[in-house]
Amino acid sequence: MDFELTPDQQMITDGLQRLLAERYDFEHRKVHLFGAPGWSRDMWSRYAEMGLLGLPFAQSDGGLGCGPVETMIVSEAFGRALALEPYIPTVLLAGGCLRLAGTPAQRSDLVPRIAEGSELLAFAHVERQARYDLADVTTTAQRPTASADWTLNGAKSFVLHADTADKLIVSARVSGRQRDRSGLALFLVDSNAPGVARRAYVMQDGMRAADVTLSNVRVSSDALLGTAGNALPIIERVVDCTIAALCAEAVGAMTRAHELTVEYLKVRKQFGAPIGSFQALQHRAVDMLVMIEQARSLSMYATMMAEEADAKTRAQAISAAKSYVGRAGKLVGEQAIQLHGGIGVTEECAVGHYYRRLTMIDILLGDSAHHLAVVAASAD
Amino acid sequence: MDLRFTADELAFRDEVQQFFRIAVPADIRRKCVLGQRLSKPELQRWTRILFEKGWATPAWDPEWGGTGWSPVQQYIFKEELHMAPAPEPLSFNVNMIGPVLIAFGTDEQKRRFLPSIARLDYWFCQGFSEPGAGSDLASLRTSARLEGDHYMVNGQKLWTSTAHHAEWCFLLVRTDPNAKKQQGITYLLMDMRSPGITVRPIVTIDGHHETNEMFLENVRIPVGNRIGEENKGWDYAKYLLGNERSGIARVGISKMRVRRAKELARNIDAGGRPLSEDRGFRERVALLEIELKALEITQMRLISAAAPAGKPDPKSSILKMKGSELQQAAAQLLLETAGYEAMEFDRDFLRGAHSTPSPHDWALTIAPNHYFARHVSIVGGSNEIQRNILAKTVLGL
Ligand SMILES: Cc1cc2nc3c(=O)[nH]c(=O)nc-3n(C[C@H](O)[C@H](O)[C@H](O)COP(=O)(O)OP(=O)(O)OC[C@H]3O[C@@H](n4cnc5c(N)ncnc54)[C@H](O)[C@@H]3O)c2cc1C
Repeated sequence: MDFELTPDQQMITDGLQRLLAERYDFEHRKVHLFGAPGWSRDMWSRYAEMGLLGLPFAQSDGGLGCGPVETMIVSEAFGRALALEPYIPTVLLAGGCLRLAGTPAQRSDLVPRIAEGSELLAFAHVERQARYDLADVTTTAQRPTASADWTLNGAKSFVLHADTADKLIVSARVSGRQRDRSGLALFLVDSNAPGVARRAYVMQDGMRAADVTLSNVRVSSDALLGTAGNALPIIERVVDCTIAALCAEAVGAMTRAHELTVEYLKVRKQFGAPIGSFQALQHRAVDMLVMIEQARSLSMYATMMAEEADAKTRAQAISAAKSYVGRAGKLVGEQAIQLHGGIGVTEECAVGHYYRRLTMIDILLGDSAHHLAVVAASAD
Repeated sequence: MDLRFTADELAFRDEVQQFFRIAVPADIRRKCVLGQRLSKPELQRWTRILFEKGWATPAWDPEWGGTGWSPVQQYIFKEELHMAPAPEPLSFNVNMIGPVLIAFGTDEQKRRFLPSIARLDYWFCQGFSEPGAGSDLASLRTSARLEGDHYMVNGQKLWTSTAHHAEWCFLLVRTDPNAKKQQGITYLLMDMRSPGITVRPIVTIDGHHETNEMFLENVRIPVGNRIGEENKGWDYAKYLLGNERSGIARVGISKMRVRRAKELARNIDAGGRPLSEDRGFRERVALLEIELKALEITQMRLISAAAPAGKPDPKSSILKMKGSELQQAAAQLLLETAGYEAMEFDRDFLRGAHSTPSPHDWALTIAPNHYFARHVSIVGGSNEIQRNILAKTVLGL
């Protein structure tokens, strides 16, 4: 076993942490949060300059050819800073689909632009009725003949950062019934194409999203990613990689919320003493530490398994990590608030923002109960 | 021993249920179901309906508007209110300042304030906590100096919830800086229109403004607005904090949340069948319902053991601790039920500022209310403080 980062990986960590420490403290973040578009375009170009936006893409496509470990490092740093930028949808979700299923033409067109920060993508997959079932898709893609244009119809919800995305990668059913594992396809759709409507909103953690409806949206046959009908395994791989990243983000967020709490225990005085001198609170802070270290281990495990070829083994590992980390994130966030007392439930206090993000991370791509059930169902 | 309600108690419950069925205005009920916050006029409207019925202040001395109900009847009333669901009358008025006035106020103060408090013509807020005085409330520093027929008050209060709605504030101030910290405190009623009061909003984790910081600069409070004796305010405050036993666990709120989660789950698809049929979901509901049943009985046991008024059984800390934890767990169950649906944030909807019926509005308040539920284990004596009390008074440690 080897837990050391390579010198290149260490460089990414150091560079990004320095950048975020300088330019993404709580006050900076507030400016981005309440301004338009709800995140920082300036930071986005800086991420691009550092190479972060091209990280997982093949070098031959214009990326850096890095793997899940680099994604973990970046996600953890974003978690610490509660970064608001559309990294997950552009680079990991839609970017993942492009990376795994895009045609050479699509990749050579889009990857360089994603990497330089000039193209934003969103992944329009989840539908309201689907809950956490990735195969549950009712949006349809039809064409009269094998060479004709496709016509897309349907509704997608909770599409992360779809409000600012230039292009959407949309999943749609070309055959089969609502929850069939086969019959899905992925399409690249211009977000301003006729028939695409977006209802944008802010999420509970301040991130942006939109519901997307597709009414007779026409795309040509070269908008298809991969082969029509076989998209689900791709979607599952992309989702699993993203879950690994979400786990790392949660670990970053938990770590920072815990640091802030420990600092507060040292300075807040009641009954004539720092509240950190009360053993009840010391033990609580230690319990949080233990949970975070367990979560960190599972985040590493998820990272290691993110590109595992055997889908079942991979899914089990990823679900194990997500179920634990999702729950740990909530518990750590709750205790961070509790130990802050009243100030912890205010908008002015950072721990509440960590808690809100950690709560959303638990829900995204399946909550801890869902993933626990997946692990339990596959137990031997 | 018989854990069942008596025939009379069952009849009483029917009567209460029946009343809530007809008396809660539809718009207000809808807001409660959707988890939206009420405006001041809405809470006033509802309080007056209760007042007309004679049920606005059940626990008060019957001479001053109480119903004379037994503790069990009061419990039934609270629970049915939460389950209706109907808004809870303003706690500052009904559970806090009202009983203090009845116990320690002069006849003149009672006549002047109690009817307006019961009808919510006067909205009271609570000016206890300060930046340096949270769990350690007795270390408060806001000062009051007697100058002829009034006190001159200076200092800062924190967490003065609903101060922006309030006509009055019950306030703890330090009148003797040299006495032991519990002994130099005085209890005053402050007219919120007095010059020198500045109220600044604090926005909480749910995006809502309900609480405030309050700055007091040379505020004059007539001596006639003092409760009881000077420097005895801590005794009255302790009476207030220990007074509310029958509804402190708010089991009804948790039950209502669980019931709502179950209803919603019937119409939420989880992999091809209703979430309500999912085994994991059912087990989580069951666990919560078991704990709520236990707490309900624990609560009845504690309130039935006749304790003299103002001297609550120290075990009632169990009710506060467990009650708040279960409220949070029920809020978590609702969140889990809603899943992705809870992710959209709509501050205005939570405020009740607009309620354009949309197919998704059922989920809009679930996450904010779940976030805000964190405060119930912090206020009213945090759960750590409750544990300290139990360790000391019950276990003798
Ligand atoms: C939303 C909201 C509304 C409120 N409304 C009002 C209001 O209207 N009027 C009013 O007067 N007050 C109000 N409060 C204040 C509330 O009563 C205080 O927040 C509470 O007393 C805790 O004080 P604190 O926030 O200063 O936390 P602190 O006392 O600083 O506590 C911080 C942490 O230390 C722990 N702790 C403290 N002492 C000990 C100890 N001895 N042993 C172990 N652990 C300890 C606490 O449990 C907590 O976890 C409100 C608070 C909130 C959050």
